Amino acid sequence: MNFIKTIVAAGLVAATTTAAFAADITGAGATFPFPIYSKWADAYKKETGNGLNYQSIGSGGGIKQIQAKTVTFGATDMPLKAEQLEKDGLAQWPMVMGAIVPVVNLEGVKAGEMVFDGETLANIYLGKITKWDDAAIKKLNPNVKLPSEAITVVRRSDGSGTTFNFTNYLSKVSADWKSKVGEGTAVEWPVGVGAKGNEGVSGNISQTKNSIGYVEYAYAKQNKLTYTKMVNKGGKTVEPTTEAFQAAAANADWSKAPGYYVILTDQPGDKSWPITAATFILMHKDATDKAASQEAIKFFRWAFKNGAKAAEELDYIPMPDSVVQQIEKTWSAEIKS
Amino acid sequence: MAVQSDVIDDAGPYDRAKALSAFKLGDVTFYWITRLSAISVLLILGGIILSLIVGAFPAMKEYGFAFLWTQRWAPSADPPVLGALGPMYGTLVTSFIAMLIAIPVGLGIAIFLTELCPQWLRRPIGMAVELLAGIPSIIYGMWGFFVLGPFLANTFQPFMIKIFDGVPVLGAIFAGPPSYLSLFNAALILAIMVLPFITSISVDVFKTVPPVLKEAAYGVGCTTWEVVRSVVIPYTRVGIIGGVMLALGRALGETMAVTFIIGNSFRISSSIFAPGTTISAAIASEFAESDGLHQSGLILLGLLLFVLTFFVLASARLMLMRLEKKAGT
Repeated sequence: MNFIKTIVAAGLVAATTTAAFAADITGAGATFPFPIYSKWADAYKKETGNGLNYQSIGSGGGIKQIQAKTVTFGATDMPLKAEQLEKDGLAQWPMVMGAIVPVVNLEGVKAGEMVFDGETLANIYLGKITKWDDAAIKKLNPNVKLPSEAITVVRRSDGSGTTFNFTNYLSKVSADWKSKVGEGTAVEWPVGVGAKGNEGVSGNISQTKNSIGYVEYAYAKQNKLTYTKMVNKGGKTVEPTTEAFQAAAANADWSKAPGYYVILTDQPGDKSWPITAATFILMHKDATDKAASQEAIKFFRWAFKNGAKAAEELDYIPMPDSVVQQIEKTWSAEIKS
Repeated sequence: MAVQSDVIDDAGPYDRAKALSAFKLGDVTFYWITRLSAISVLLILGGIILSLIVGAFPAMKEYGFAFLWTQRWAPSADPPVLGALGPMYGTLVTSFIAMLIAIPVGLGIAIFLTELCPQWLRRPIGMAVELLAGIPSIIYGMWGFFVLGPFLANTFQPFMIKIFDGVPVLGAIFAGPPSYLSLFNAALILAIMVLPFITSISVDVFKTVPPVLKEAAYGVGCTTWEVVRSVVIPYTRVGIIGGVMLALGRALGETMAVTFIIGNSFRISSSIFAPGTTISAAIASEFAESDGLHQSGLILLGLLLFVLTFFVLASARLMLMRLEKKAGT
């Protein structure tokens, strides 16, 4: 009989723990916002006692998981188009922003000293510019001593939202890139070595002389990589700063985009950083588990209200207030409780 | 247990027939349990192949046999253009170079350990080899990335490029510019990773050589080299090839370490100092963010690796059979 008692007790314990877990929100998707989501989740748990379980499995995985309804929310760096959202009954909004910066490893060159424009960057990644002392690079950087060495091109090997935004930018600024390579989480790279993750690219750049790559700004800053300035759509040279990233977001026209389908690359505005990117949340409008869904909205509302400082500390860019207000409206209009 | 208690419960005269049938039942049960275990392997294997075929079907329909000799890999094109030539080439080349290095070194270590090594050095070397097998592959990848790669790119590759510059064929194989993420770096790491498979199996089979054979050979005045060449290796050939096959299987399928250091480029380059990719590295890199035809193409790559490994191992078997036949006559 003792045995049966033990089983019953174990069952009860299991039941109560599942009940406790049921209050937790589950999410899965993009790796890029993982640090900030986990930081927010931590602070949120301390404040409210409600936990959030976020698995960074990649944007594609996030989209698949929310479509399969195995998670409360999905996260993606590559927003879904309005038709797709409609088809799956999903609501979508941007949660936080980041930026992508070109990084170089050149002897004697310091962070922020070099300038690139989109076309030169595209030509380097197309393999049309192969030497550092190419006329196009020289023209943009008359005061930098450029060696006559081959450029080692570094890019991501894993499918990633970072790559999507970077190739999306190159497609916008170079017709050649658009027709030959195009945009996507994984593309047919004409040249270069592939490294895994932002950390892989950072590691590669810091170890390889005469190399160029692209990483999330946070990685460039934390690993003290030599990032460069960029010439933006307005023809102005801009430094990668929070103001420049926010300018790109503010200049984007969110109100007219169904499902907030705005890709922040190459936005107008004198101050806009050209390769800025938002990361998005996906949720079912009419979720099976409405309690969890409401719980998730509560968390996102809390994050918009209280999470800006934490985001900035991790070099993310919070969404501008005007956009947040609009997102609040979307929630009350679209998410059924 | 059940069988025994049946026999004991049966009071009265000892019932021989009943006891025998109980034993027989036990025997039959045992037979079926083992048989089912054996068959389950086939079922699992069949299930894997089947699910790979189902997953790969859209890509098979789209690309057909051209998948095998198309070099382009453009998942973002519309529609995607996918070909397996680049990853297949990388898989075969890295495995080939790895085996080229690992077989002689592995056998060398095994021969030294069993025939020449002083007793006190045997355990440290043996343990070091076994430890090599225990290191997680990601550690090899990181070591290749941070230590071996820079050394190769800054020292070894420029040297080789200079030596073979202008030599036909070899000049193209060892062409620049040096890069520390390369087919060669991956092959070298693979060689180290498969070394323990070759070495420990060889050591084990070398120990099975009857001492009397070796003593007889020494007795007629053979040198150690002659004993190894004419007695030990012929006697243990089957076992050595078994170890080599196991190592080759690992080299063909190794993923994590290779993904880290091969450079993940789908382009085929004649130089082994250029970045490349393997089938497993390609799948590991792109699977998470893939969908539709792209994902199906990756699954087809997986199926291809399955078939490739099967053919390589089957041809090794065949070679072995032929060798045995030759030795028999």
